[in-house]
Amino acid sequence: MSNGNMNLTLKVWRQSNSTAAGKMENYQLGGVSPDMSFLEMIDMLNEQIIRKGEDAIAFDHDCREGICGMCSMFINGEAHGPNRGVTTCQLHMRSFKDGDTIYIEPWRAEGFPVVKDLMVDRAAFDRIIQSGGFVSVNTSGRTMDANAIPIPKDDADKAFDAATCIGCGACVATCPNSSAMLFVSAKVSQFALLPQGHPERKERVLNMVKQMDEEGFGNCSNIGACEVQCPKSISIENIARMNREYLSASVKPEN
Amino acid sequence: MKLDGKIPEGPLDQKWTKYKNSVRLVNPSNKRNIEVIVVGTGLAGSSAAASLAEMGYKVKAFCFQDSPRRAHSIAAQGGINAAKNYMNDGDSTYRLFYDTIKGGDYRSREANVHRLAEVSASIIDQCVAQGVPFARDYGGLLDNRSFGGTQVSRTFYAKGQTGQQLLLGAYSALSRQIGKGSVKLYNRHEMMDLVVVDGKARGIIARNMITGEIESHSGHAVVLCTGGYGNVFFLSTNAMGSNVTAAWRAHRRGAAFANACFTQIHPTCIPVSGDHQSKLTLMSESLRNDGRIWVPLHKEDAEAIRAKKLKPTDLPEERRDYYLERRYPAFGNLVPRDVASRAAKERCDAGFGVNATGEAVYLDFASAIMRYGKTAATVQGVHNATEDQIRELGTKVVEGKYGNLFQMYEQIVAENPYKTPMMIYPAVHYTMGGLWVNYELMTTVTGCYACGEANFSDHGANRLGASALMQGLADGYFVLPYTIGNYLADEISTGAISTKTTEFVEAEKAVRERLEGLFKTTGTETVDTYHKKLGKIIWDYCGMARNKQGLEFAISEIRKIREDFYKNVKVPGGMNGVNTELEKATRVADFIELGELMCLDALERNESCGGHFREEFQTEEGEALRVDEAFSYVAAWEFTGDPSAPKMNKEDLIYENIKVQQRSYK
Amino acid sequence: MGLFTSSLIKKYWMAATGLFLVSFLVVHAGINAMIFFNDGGETFNEWGHFMGTNLIVRTMEIGLFLGLILHIVDGLMLYFQNRKARPIKYAYNKPSASSTWYSRSMALLGTLILIFLVIHLKDFWLKTRVTGLTVMPSHVKIDGVMHENLFAEMLLVFKNPMAVVIYLLGCFSLFWHLFHGFRSAFQSLGLNHRKYASTIELAGSVFSIVISILFASMPVAMYLGWVK
Repeated sequence: MSNGNMNLTLKVWRQSNSTAAGKMENYQLGGVSPDMSFLEMIDMLNEQIIRKGEDAIAFDHDCREGICGMCSMFINGEAHGPNRGVTTCQLHMRSFKDGDTIYIEPWRAEGFPVVKDLMVDRAAFDRIIQSGGFVSVNTSGRTMDANAIPIPKDDADKAFDAATCIGCGACVATCPNSSAMLFVSAKVSQFALLPQGHPERKERVLNMVKQMDEEGFGNCSNIGACEVQCPKSISIENIARMNREYLSASVKPEN
Repeated sequence: MKLDGKIPEGPLDQKWTKYKNSVRLVNPSNKRNIEVIVVGTGLAGSSAAASLAEMGYKVKAFCFQDSPRRAHSIAAQGGINAAKNYMNDGDSTYRLFYDTIKGGDYRSREANVHRLAEVSASIIDQCVAQGVPFARDYGGLLDNRSFGGTQVSRTFYAKGQTGQQLLLGAYSALSRQIGKGSVKLYNRHEMMDLVVVDGKARGIIARNMITGEIESHSGHAVVLCTGGYGNVFFLSTNAMGSNVTAAWRAHRRGAAFANACFTQIHPTCIPVSGDHQSKLTLMSESLRNDGRIWVPLHKEDAEAIRAKKLKPTDLPEERRDYYLERRYPAFGNLVPRDVASRAAKERCDAGFGVNATGEAVYLDFASAIMRYGKTAATVQGVHNATEDQIRELGTKVVEGKYGNLFQMYEQIVAENPYKTPMMIYPAVHYTMGGLWVNYELMTTVTGCYACGEANFSDHGANRLGASALMQGLADGYFVLPYTIGNYLADEISTGAISTKTTEFVEAEKAVRERLEGLFKTTGTETVDTYHKKLGKIIWDYCGMARNKQGLEFAISEIRKIREDFYKNVKVPGGMNGVNTELEKATRVADFIELGELMCLDALERNESCGGHFREEFQTEEGEALRVDEAFSYVAAWEFTGDPSAPKMNKEDLIYENIKVQQRSYK
Repeated sequence: MGLFTSSLIKKYWMAATGLFLVSFLVVHAGINAMIFFNDGGETFNEWGHFMGTNLIVRTMEIGLFLGLILHIVDGLMLYFQNRKARPIKYAYNKPSASSTWYSRSMALLGTLILIFLVIHLKDFWLKTRVTGLTVMPSHVKIDGVMHENLFAEMLLVFKNPMAVVIYLLGCFSLFWHLFHGFRSAFQSLGLNHRKYASTIELAGSVFSIVISILFASMPVAMYLGWVK
């Protein structure tokens, strides 16, 4: 089971800090088991590197079950690697062959500066949410009863689908324009579909798009790579919905 | 150390109301001058930080992840309990309270649990108002499902991602406050120590994980919402970064650590496949609603299956042992988590395990598929349906219910669970133990609070499914914001707290020296090597079953690991900049000390209760045997300076409203 | 809010001007298709005369140029901003795994179309508006009114095989540009819905094919002498 037999050549981006120049380094790794997750393979590589007394490869990861959105590797030219609907931590080595060469790079975008090696700074996403990705209710619990407003199941389901975004940034990483529209539109859509989000819907979309633009992300030209590589398969229908919301908010800013 | 639970007087169902009516308040102009540090941004931390900021306090929020949204609350799958009684099936605040106390095997505090049940309904209202997309029925109203250990449907859910949706709700509330400037966020910061000035918690020392700087941060109170310590086992369903350091450092500064040995082993996880494994993945408990758990009845069959000479699907019914249905006919596959986990271990230890490691049992959906298939065929008017047709229809139904879980399983194991039974094995999932807190959620360090999984308070010796999310949000939104005022009312004239005082300077220096010390070894062992060693010992001797001899052995082994760690661990890189190995090393160092405390706690508790199963204390049928006369207390451990010699303090548990009984699920 | 500062407003301009240019293509292709009456260019020249002299049409021509310029300027702004959004490229990228080449090449295709357009305007528009036709005689009398013999000019231009090749390349670029641009415009304006998406996609594909083949068939037909 765990007897690994794959030998791999790994080309990994190494960069010591945000201001240093980086480059691709080559590593040989043997004894890789097909049952390993991709990150466990990196763990193994790091053990090898540390034992040599060198600096381990820094990479973001946390839950390792595809939900926290922390892992973020551009593997062989694709965000989260070759499989669809999974994050890097859910990718397993059985998706590769013995003797393969694997390129591993950080997300590349002006809005996501590299912190070290494969780690990038995604605080831009947080700032976008801070600019309007919420419903302004206070936290007293003295709101109306949860069942006071029935919500059509279809709307609730669509809102849920949009809300499953894990904020990993694969959409930006894979978009040839480094656009963050899929991320922003998922949040805008979630609240646009729910009555709770309606009082602020115009202000919200205007503010969030403004912040998105300030962060240096590119523009959307409807290429659609984002929805293909999104580990949660979020649809670009959400981008269309955001375009509608923004258009209506621009034409008539007051509610 | 004197433990004062500060439980309000009066009848159980009026304690919280009376408390709220008489608690001291801080007026808005004074709140502006009071700073509160919140460490951790999971459900408890995000909701607490957002609520405190909303009330007018100045809040500093810390998380080690790159964003508050990534805290491990996000991974909770099943749901959140609330006594809404929308289903009209007889649920009430009292029933939720009762189920939680009973589920916790009578080792939690009545007053705290009742308060939890009281505020549970508000959580759902709050979350819906924030735009959390809970599952709804076709009438547009909220849907509920049932969970293990209860007889009502009170669990609200958002498919298999309830934790994610709730956390994103709390994160959005927090983000709103950050946007307003009322919360200052310190992401990628790890708390390294608690600073106590004149007996009061006044700040923390944190390491900036990007620059490596050691920073002092001051506040009038410190709230720890830093989650559980399941990662002490190395392999657990916790996130890789989940750690005990914040709580442990507070413990070393005077906060008592309670019931450290109460850990929850979740029965349905994907089994370990090899040494390379870094973490375990949970399969939602909801699967036990339809899956039947079994192992081969005969050892020869189990051996043949392990050697891959026999397929499980080839084994006829009469050669299978549906051991949960056999042992617990009333609850069957739906017994509480601790019972199900132990039963699986018992079978595997007896040699009936089914994967290569011998540590797995089957969770079989074949009969559910056929059952649903027959119903579907009837509904669709397919007469004389063939077996294949029925199976196909049933597969669709099961896919609709558990599709994403089955997919996840196939992704990891590379087997199709629609065709061959899933393999599962118990794994560490949650820790009921944690920092001791009083009714106000204050630890034994004045001004230092603990919320969510980081405290010990509400789940006793075993937590029921869908109650962790409830507790995290209850503490953060509705409990702490009231209780902290009672303390901060005395702080209105304190003024800003300087970080230049001796206490801060010394604490900062100590942290720096502690970290620098890790580079001074000449060893070659990686941090993970120690972590794996520690985890294996805890799993083997302080896991699903414990005994005196094993625990004593474990304690001596852990001491050796600790000694060896400081001599031979290899941490590459330096203090400055990102150093992921240094982060791991500081966490593992604290896990080693905690591991010893867990074993000491388990050794001291000469009874079996909930997740703590001492082999010496069991009934003739092998069920847990509680010893209420002697152990109906909370063991709150005090740090004495020597990690091997903590002092135990007892808080007696008094049950005035519930009749303590032996749990029975037969 | 500026008319061009927001990324979304830029999208709207791109979509609106794009759809406007599409409407022009319909008219342009419709009128040019008159050559297939094969009546020695009589119907075609009549329409050409109308288009060249009608005041409303001439006013709209200004709008057309403005729309075109806006489409180009907006496109260039998007292009350069998008390049800036990824200062360091991937060492190994495999965009084909998740998107089509033409959706990623709108700027390139647009540039090719622009180059073609310059040639095309020099061939016809410049002559009718400024320098006068090169073909002799340049005018023909229809129903007693003198008309520019644009049809003859076309025959002249498309005698040259190089010109035919350039026009075919232009149509090829136009096809792919429209193939992505048509459905993209609807998406940009927020008109993407499970219910209508497939219809829009089909309409876009049919439109791109019909328009491009129609345009391409003209130089080919003239060169091969099908239309005289």
